[in-house]
Amino acid sequence: MIITTKNVDFFYGAYRALSNVTLDFEKNRVTALIGPSGCGKSTLLRLLNRMNDLIDGTRVEGEILFEGRNIYAPEVDPVEIRQRIGMVFQKPNPFPKSIFNNITFAPKLSGVRDSGNLEALVEESLKQAVLWEEVKDILDKSAMNLSGGQQQRLCIARALAMKPDVLLMDEPTSALDPISTAKIEELIDSLKKRYTIIIVTHNMQQAARVSEYTGFFYLGKLIEFNATEKIFTNPDVKQTEDYITGRFG
Amino acid sequence: MKWRYFRQGLFFGMVRLSALIITLVLLGIIAFLFYNGIRAVTWDFLTLPPTDSMTKGGIMPAIVGTLYLTVGAIVVALPLGVVSAIYLTEYAKQGRFMRIIRIGVNCLAGVPSVVFGLFGLGFFVVFLKFGSSILAGALTLGILILPTIIGAAEEALKAVPQTFREASLALGVSKWRTISRIVLPSALPGILTGAILGVGRAAGETAPIMFTAAAFFTAALPKSIFDEVMALPYHIYVLATAGTHIEQTRPLQYGTALVLIALVLGIDLFAIIMRSRVRRKKRW
Repeated sequence: MIITTKNVDFFYGAYRALSNVTLDFEKNRVTALIGPSGCGKSTLLRLLNRMNDLIDGTRVEGEILFEGRNIYAPEVDPVEIRQRIGMVFQKPNPFPKSIFNNITFAPKLSGVRDSGNLEALVEESLKQAVLWEEVKDILDKSAMNLSGGQQQRLCIARALAMKPDVLLMDEPTSALDPISTAKIEELIDSLKKRYTIIIVTHNMQQAARVSEYTGFFYLGKLIEFNATEKIFTNPDVKQTEDYITGRFG
Repeated sequence: MKWRYFRQGLFFGMVRLSALIITLVLLGIIAFLFYNGIRAVTWDFLTLPPTDSMTKGGIMPAIVGTLYLTVGAIVVALPLGVVSAIYLTEYAKQGRFMRIIRIGVNCLAGVPSVVFGLFGLGFFVVFLKFGSSILAGALTLGILILPTIIGAAEEALKAVPQTFREASLALGVSKWRTISRIVLPSALPGILTGAILGVGRAAGETAPIMFTAAAFFTAALPKSIFDEVMALPYHIYVLATAGTHIEQTRPLQYGTALVLIALVLGIDLFAIIMRSRVRRKKRW
């Protein structure tokens, strides 16, 4: 168990976006969170690395344990949490910098200075994100010139360069074409040996393809959490089955 | 059907006309100054101090004085304005306190410039004992252009996509470093636009420097920031209203105005070139 949420409630002002979510994420596995729009799956994902801190007027109740420690305890520094729990967003969001500087930006600030180390880090991260062969000759060019799919893989490489333990992915392929999507899915498969991956997706085939565990959310509640195979073949809860088979949602 | 095309044509015509009128007004002013002033502008005019109770000679001390005052005002207002804008957009929680600050900034923008002059006189010149000096004038002009700079910097910061901030924060970069390394560089072109507007305003104002920095006449250049200086707008004012040879110095007045406009446009051009360079590097 690398991350555990215990009775988590989350409020945007008076609106309750999550209620009583209790869930375990296993180390070095891919866990998918699915459910219709507004069900709270992205909210939960953003709670795991304290990105919801950025929104005024929100409130968390319950506990989220990362390696046994409550990340919402007052003495915890969210910056440190985010260094260990990386995130990839729905829309590729590279910085308006060169490919090289996109990757080295955060590691430099956290103390990797030596230029040889930085070059090695860039190569390693881009290779892990299966982008190295495509960009190795244009590392000094702006990341903004890459295609959408390449930008998204760059964003993954950028997150990996911080050597996180967990990678959160918020609908990482919803803005991409089918070929780029397939590449990202292959990538997820190869990354799970070294990282714990939690992915929010609208695409149920994608959840079935890439994940070992799946959580189904509806109206802010965790309806069912189970092995992916079970969820997609023989779910315990009727509501899950209805959603999977497309009867609602 | 025809009527709709006609209406559209009419509307576009009006839009074009408005743009044309604005351009013509600007060109008209420049042409007028050029026509009346160009004969006065000679090498001596630009490099010599006034002579013969300011009916002859040049305006060099006023050019230098205006440069000092304008640069001083930007040095005062740019850091303060940018830091205020960062506080307002990135740190402060939206609420009643923020509304009060915003109203304050907007009111500051609406205060007549002569009031700034009186404030500068009372506070910088008399109370802080700076005397009538470059320092007092630059501080007064700095406060005058502060709302312009804050407004432009705020807009520039708000225009930086939220996704840049999220991307940086999600990498475990602290908020301050996210702002200083990602947000601020992306906002730089917009902030420079604010600085350009500020420069134009600071260089052209007369009232704020009248009591705080401007000398009626000094042939010598200032030796320190505690010296008073001549300044172009005040020099025009003096020649046109306070001298005893108003008609006789008319060409000098136009010449000085022409130099002032050229100076402001020159500084603007410099800032615009800098801005487009920065922009080319920071495209998104």
